[in-house]
Amino acid sequence: MAEQAMPTGSGTPAAAASGQALSEVFRGSAGDEHALRDARSSKGIAERTIPAFVAGAELADLAEDDERIVVLTADLANANRTADFAKRHPDRFFNMGVAEQNMVSVAAGLAAAGQIPFVATFASYLALLACEQIRTDCAYPGMPVRLLGHHSGMSLGYYGTSHHSLEDIGIMRTIADLTVVSAADANELRAILRLSLDWPGAMYIRLGRGRDPEVYPEPPAALRIGRAVRLRDGGDLTMISTGSEVRACLDAAEALANDGISVRVVDMHTIKPLDTDEILAAARETSAILSVEEHNRTGGLGSAVAETLADAGISTALLRHGVPDVHVVLGPPAGLYARYQLDADGVASKALELLSSSKGANL
Amino acid sequence: MPQARAPHPPRSSPGRQELVERLADRAKFIRLETVRLTRIAGAGHYTGTFSAAEILAALYYAELRYRPEEPSWPDRDRFVLSKGHAAIGLYPVLADVGFFAPSALDDYTRLGSSFGDHPDMRKIKGIDFSSGSLGHGLSVCVGMALAGRVQHRPYRTYCVTGDGELAEGQIWEAAMAAGQFRLGSLVCIVDRNRLSIDGHTEDLMGIEPLEAKFAAFRWKVQRIDGHDLDALLDAFSSLESDPVGPPQVIIADTVKGRGVSRMEGDVAWHVGNLNGSDYDDVIAELQAGLRPVATGARNG
Repeated sequence: MAEQAMPTGSGTPAAAASGQALSEVFRGSAGDEHALRDARSSKGIAERTIPAFVAGAELADLAEDDERIVVLTADLANANRTADFAKRHPDRFFNMGVAEQNMVSVAAGLAAAGQIPFVATFASYLALLACEQIRTDCAYPGMPVRLLGHHSGMSLGYYGTSHHSLEDIGIMRTIADLTVVSAADANELRAILRLSLDWPGAMYIRLGRGRDPEVYPEPPAALRIGRAVRLRDGGDLTMISTGSEVRACLDAAEALANDGISVRVVDMHTIKPLDTDEILAAARETSAILSVEEHNRTGGLGSAVAETLADAGISTALLRHGVPDVHVVLGPPAGLYARYQLDADGVASKALELLSSSKGANL
Repeated sequence: MPQARAPHPPRSSPGRQELVERLADRAKFIRLETVRLTRIAGAGHYTGTFSAAEILAALYYAELRYRPEEPSWPDRDRFVLSKGHAAIGLYPVLADVGFFAPSALDDYTRLGSSFGDHPDMRKIKGIDFSSGSLGHGLSVCVGMALAGRVQHRPYRTYCVTGDGELAEGQIWEAAMAAGQFRLGSLVCIVDRNRLSIDGHTEDLMGIEPLEAKFAAFRWKVQRIDGHDLDALLDAFSSLESDPVGPPQVIIADTVKGRGVSRMEGDVAWHVGNLNGSDYDDVIAELQAGLRPVATGARNG
């Protein structure tokens, strides 16, 4: 069983409000502000919202002591706030223009010469557009390139399918020698960035839209790549989630607790290498598993959970919750999360659906 | 940082004559090894390797700075063979200059070998980057050149591309970036052998006018006969040493299959295998040295 990096049994470990106004949270581009105006629907979320696009500032801090760090982006320095890095380390920042495939291969060349490049752009233009460059130039030669795919899932809302990334986990996790992680909030991202400096080989880091509600009150010092975090313990059901859906799961678990349902919530921040021990423990110790992700139900975290259970020969009630295998409808992010039951209310409904059907099956 | 480099011996000096003779001998060695290794594999990229034989010889026996005894010497010149399918001509050179024993090539392409049709930097000393997927190499070289700038190192980064791969959009993304960042330490050599797999580049997907294209992307351009060792050495000698000057391209007009008359300018030999007496005939032809290019092959 996996070492538990976080205390178990607590409700919401990170309830501290940042008190930061949304306009401050996202000083970047007007376009981004416009796209993301619509915060996730759950009540009170805004109070817990802190900036997730801390990568630029965090890397700038780390770069003070680590000359290997360089940062690249593709005409999104303000939107993803890598500009915060550029201001402090202009000689180690490269804005590559709207040319993502070139950017990834350039990063590989920088890595081959001893740098640790952090590449940041929309997840769809990393994992999808530059997929082959990630495999061939980063993963295959073992280059320590860190690929920050932000605005993953459908977080770009009504920008539409061209800007959505509901396939990236599935694509990235089939690439050998590529580590795949997903940050639930800004503080987990900070911890991941720190850990990434000594992690071998290439890494895809899936990020939300820069205003993800807080899960961790501070960067979790005990975080380990490949070791899931059990954020809340319970016996009736385990929610295994990643990235943007972890907060929704915690809120759903809290709501279900009021109905007497005891829910374990696991932050599976590392999708590859997967913490299979934690999945098998969930199968052993709780009655059902609900996987929750802002991703196509095909090929993502839920599929990885199902593969783990099947490989172990374990039959348990499992509901893989994600976006159905469709190109999602148009709309603001909050509307999409509600529509596809990926907000806290939706996740709670799926949990009840799972418990109801699994009890039925057991009868 | 200035990149002080001694120029190659001037034309018609005794040193130059000796050097050119040596390079011609090594180009012959590259072609002979390509034929030998292809027989081990059962098939191989003859013609695109033959077109680059003089380029590879001039680079490794005259131009590049490296230490076989210290493959990861941080100040070494970087070399990326973007047309990775010519690796069969590069491996023997790396062995010859001392990166590994020549006998390591005896299992070329066999199950579990380190040496495949395209080079793997994790398995082969002296390979600065894995290649094979066309259009990537120049981008990788942009990254290496940027790293040299970040680290204040004096090395140059050399890339050999094919001409067919210039149809890849990523090449021009990289060319644009190299111009934008004024990567004067980046040198691209285009093996302009005029043929890709399905035919003549200009019939398939025209890439000319190459000088004007690279110039428009803010590169300094030279165009030479890529089988003329004197011309190659002159081109290398005339490279600018300003690391924040324009990136530099040498368009090397070559003949695909150069050195084997039956293959020169013939698309059918992009991948092939010589059998029986054909093999012996080709070895004999190569050992006799280069003859004038077969009629028509030059224009491919």
